[in-house]
Amino acid sequence: MSTLPLETAAHPEQLRRVVIEPLSRVEGHGKVTLLLDEDGHVQQARLHIVEFRAFEKFIQGRPYWEVPVMVQRLCGICPVSHHLAACKALDQVVGATTLTPTAEKIRRLMHYGQILQSHALHFFHLSSPDLLFGFGSDVARRNIVGVAAAYPDIARQGVLLRRYGQEVVRHTAGKRIHGTGSVPGGVNKSLTAAERDELQKDIYQMVAWSRDAVRLVRQLFEQDLETYRGFGTFAARTLSLVRADGAMDLYHGGLRAQHADGGTIFDHVDYDHYWDQISEEVKAWSYMKFPYLRVLGHEDGWYRVGPLTRVTRCDFIPTPLADRERREFMAFDDGRAAQSTLGFHWARMIEMLHAAEAIKDLLHDGDLLGTDLMTGGKRQARGVGVIEAPRGTLIHHYRVDENDQVVRANLIVSTTHNNHAMNVAIREVARKYLDGRTLTEGLLNHIEVAVRAFDPCLSCATHAVGRMPLSVQLLDADGAVADSMVRG
Amino acid sequence: MHRAHWRETLTDVTRRKLKVATTSLAGCFGCHMSLLDIDERLFPLLERIEFDRSPLTDIKHCGPCDIGIIEGGICNAENVHVLREFRANCKILVAMGACAVTGGLPAQRNHLDLGLCLQEVYLTDPGVAHGMIPNDPELPLPLDKVHPLHEVVKIDYFIPGCPPSADAIWKFLTDLIEGRTPKLGHGLIHYD
Repeated sequence: MSTLPLETAAHPEQLRRVVIEPLSRVEGHGKVTLLLDEDGHVQQARLHIVEFRAFEKFIQGRPYWEVPVMVQRLCGICPVSHHLAACKALDQVVGATTLTPTAEKIRRLMHYGQILQSHALHFFHLSSPDLLFGFGSDVARRNIVGVAAAYPDIARQGVLLRRYGQEVVRHTAGKRIHGTGSVPGGVNKSLTAAERDELQKDIYQMVAWSRDAVRLVRQLFEQDLETYRGFGTFAARTLSLVRADGAMDLYHGGLRAQHADGGTIFDHVDYDHYWDQISEEVKAWSYMKFPYLRVLGHEDGWYRVGPLTRVTRCDFIPTPLADRERREFMAFDDGRAAQSTLGFHWARMIEMLHAAEAIKDLLHDGDLLGTDLMTGGKRQARGVGVIEAPRGTLIHHYRVDENDQVVRANLIVSTTHNNHAMNVAIREVARKYLDGRTLTEGLLNHIEVAVRAFDPCLSCATHAVGRMPLSVQLLDADGAVADSMVRG
Repeated sequence: MHRAHWRETLTDVTRRKLKVATTSLAGCFGCHMSLLDIDERLFPLLERIEFDRSPLTDIKHCGPCDIGIIEGGICNAENVHVLREFRANCKILVAMGACAVTGGLPAQRNHLDLGLCLQEVYLTDPGVAHGMIPNDPELPLPLDKVHPLHEVVKIDYFIPGCPPSADAIWKFLTDLIEGRTPKLGHGLIHYD
């Protein structure tokens, strides 16, 4: 049993249970439970991931070329991430060690389009109500509808930024959600000149609005520095991909892990043997596993991934406006914003700006219109693909037999890496804001504000399966037994 | 496509905003994203509807609503509770997208033995430390199979697609709000 603070109460049976369910304005299914003693002191706080699926199992036996289309159904917010991570792994299987320039650039364009739309969705549609109205503000307007009424320009920019990102995805993947553009060994379409021209038309506006969004988060920090600096903040080790020269690269790179103080744990590690670095622990109270760095062990080896990690632990961002914003972020409040949990929002908007700049550069690259789309080589039995998804490092790993059927699959998704870190964040907030107080809806929302900072994708995180040692019957509308299950 | 006489239920509410609740059960949120893919048409839509329980609001339980829209099928006990809460509160209940209509991709697990899957994922996977099968009472009981919504409650409308396109969702909603029989023409119905 873990000895981590507030993870497990000594005598849970004597405590009062408070549940936040379902977590809202996040993607997927989760809940938070709090156990309180009679004086209202928090004795236990847990983020539970309550759904289970079986993607790794049911893709076994499927032909490998179906996999990029199947696995993206893990997540409707970031389907491109799974689509591309699967393709990167299966590139290895078909021997496509180096893609054609057109294929790699189309995939990158697709990926930056998704980063733009996902970050815009998370900031404007899901999180901005907390930040603009206050964490404990009126629940009736604490949503995008309330933002549209009070700040119509901000809401409109959010909607149009997301639209643009989705249009980039549509032009490269064929559909806005669950497209088919990337295939093992390359892509199945490039851009036409007309498609490129259409995207070029609005990109400068998107860059400008992304920059405004970064400044908006900065203003929010300036207005309430005390809260933003400390809210749910903790020291964490980090994991991310970086390019060979240390630059941020969301599509490809080597693994970099650092201590909380920035000291190196490992750097530029080839992800092909990721299991030498990362292992996963199971806890009884969540279907989501708890990854850790092997070198530090399961008690100390937990870490944090995602925008805050990538922006603060890369050496530089390879587009000028985003890199300028990165340097301002790192310097702000003597470096404390870059350590803070709410700094996730700031970092996420810097990445959105980077994505917009990267799209702009790609749209001026003639390779996007090329016709050399596919490559291949010596067939391999296995492949590992890693990408920096909007929410963090995403690992796909497949083994394929001589009949082209998948025989084994392992996925470690972005949100799973943050499992322990999110639990630490809610315990910090519970201790600081809820302990000993009468719990109101507004106070409980503080817990969700901490969870939302990570932009968790709880659907992605529940690809594995779980069970309960209980029995249940599912009755249909007429009361007849439609399904039943007895376990344990 | 439709099974209910909605005219009677909606005629008396045309002067106020319609209450709409949405949720995702065993889905991926892609259908909700496709709803948001109506882009700036969201703003005129908000003149005609207000959201009750939805992933976009912090309302945790569905109250009395005119329209309930559900994405995803049924994979655990909690899904069943939420689905029944929606059916009890919504005059019109809509199954949105492939998973709600047929179970969709998650139903691919229906031919697998859950117990064996669990053992492999949580006990015998070589990358796992301290293997155990999660069994805390806070975790809802999974069902042996993934079910479409209409196997559990009566559903009034079905919109196919993975996901249905934003144009299909827009056409469906505006038809319903304006008091027309929702009709998706040839170009808007698809089963991908």
